[in-house]
Amino acid sequence: MLSINRVNTYRIPFTFEYYRPRTLREALELLRSVEEARVIAGGTDLLVDMKFRRAEPKALVDVSKLEELRFVRLAGSYVEIGSAVTLQELVESELVRARLPLLWEAVNSMASWQVRNIATIGGNICNASPAADTAPPLLAYEARLLLTSLDGVREVGIGEFFVGPKRSTIRSDEILQLIRVPLHPTGYGWSFKKISRTSFDIAKISVAVLLKTVEGKIKDPRVAFGAVAPTPVRARSTERAIEGVSLEEALEIGPRFVERDIAPIDDVRSTAWYRREVARAILRDSLRVAYERSLSSG
Amino acid sequence: MRVKLKVNGYWVDVDVEPHETLLNVLRDKLKIRSVKYGCGIGECGSCTVLLDGRPVTSCLVLVAGLDGASVETADYIAKTELGTRIVDALLLEGAIQCGYCTPGFLVTIYAALKSGVIKRGDSEEVAKAISGNICRCTGYVNITKAVRRVVEELASSTS
Repeated sequence: MLSINRVNTYRIPFTFEYYRPRTLREALELLRSVEEARVIAGGTDLLVDMKFRRAEPKALVDVSKLEELRFVRLAGSYVEIGSAVTLQELVESELVRARLPLLWEAVNSMASWQVRNIATIGGNICNASPAADTAPPLLAYEARLLLTSLDGVREVGIGEFFVGPKRSTIRSDEILQLIRVPLHPTGYGWSFKKISRTSFDIAKISVAVLLKTVEGKIKDPRVAFGAVAPTPVRARSTERAIEGVSLEEALEIGPRFVERDIAPIDDVRSTAWYRREVARAILRDSLRVAYERSLSSG
Repeated sequence: MRVKLKVNGYWVDVDVEPHETLLNVLRDKLKIRSVKYGCGIGECGSCTVLLDGRPVTSCLVLVAGLDGASVETADYIAKTELGTRIVDALLLEGAIQCGYCTPGFLVTIYAALKSGVIKRGDSEEVAKAISGNICRCTGYVNITKAVRRVVEELASSTS
């Protein structure tokens, strides 16, 4: 598996057409009319794939500067995040920090400052990496994605968006316009944890937990994992197993159910065995943190 | 295609190809060699420059999309007052060995001090700010000391 990197990453080894539309509508028209066009936002994943020739698009439609995709706003009981908002802008957003603390914690742990300044939340979602760090928090919050094309807008739950490694239900003529995230529910504790080689490396495994406590019992637990299945996943059987139990019981029972919810693989970052073991351990850590936070947030 | 960029205070018009990165154009067309090519995939930070005031890895930015943007590089930053302080501190603390990563560190440290990402200068704060810059010689201890030295100098010069 181990091979010497013989790729010269100084240049992108082929050329392509480049479009920088001024409006979302123009971008959507380009996706329809230009053959084999791909959307590029920050490009921190796509350009790496292109340097290694894992992706060879004939044309790129750059949506990173579209004002229609660059906002973070409170909209009723949701926070709406435009897809071209950078990860660093989310870290700096008081609204995200206060109203979506689980997402904030995940984004704050992602990549380096330099890369957070380029990479976008929409890119992180649309690349559909099983290890995308924004996915577990968005799964736990039950976020919805607005996908736009010339035919109109469709809204999908983030749980239905991912279908396999680097595969999602977005069509090639669609653009992720915004992410609609329900406000952090009152009284819920949260925790995001990930294990990676260095803090800004790709996760070997990540977990997001959201739960509340009623008279010392866990209620409405939401657990989502990254990098332990073909897609980021909600751990539904773990959630059912710890519903209505005390923290001590959850720490005992939860880890036993994790295996039903995940399907880890061996790759360059970890073995499946290691991921299973660590999934149990970080679930325990996260349950404890989320539980304690649920007590202090009243 | 032609792109207008404000590079180190001067507006320039450059002819660029769609597949060229900011790193390619700064080094090869504008001959700014303080911008270093390290990994080419956004992991080492050697190619860090300021883009509209924010540090970015220039190896992962398509220059075609930057019309109207402003870019500042290490050689320019080194001549500013704060930049000079940082360079002096890096030298005094022995924070430079082979020197290849140094321009990238300079840009990141400069941006962090200027924007308040580094305020106290403790090692935790510095480590988070510079985690996107890799140094394979010094082990970061002296680099961290250099940053702390600058923070202390700035504190004493304003008090």
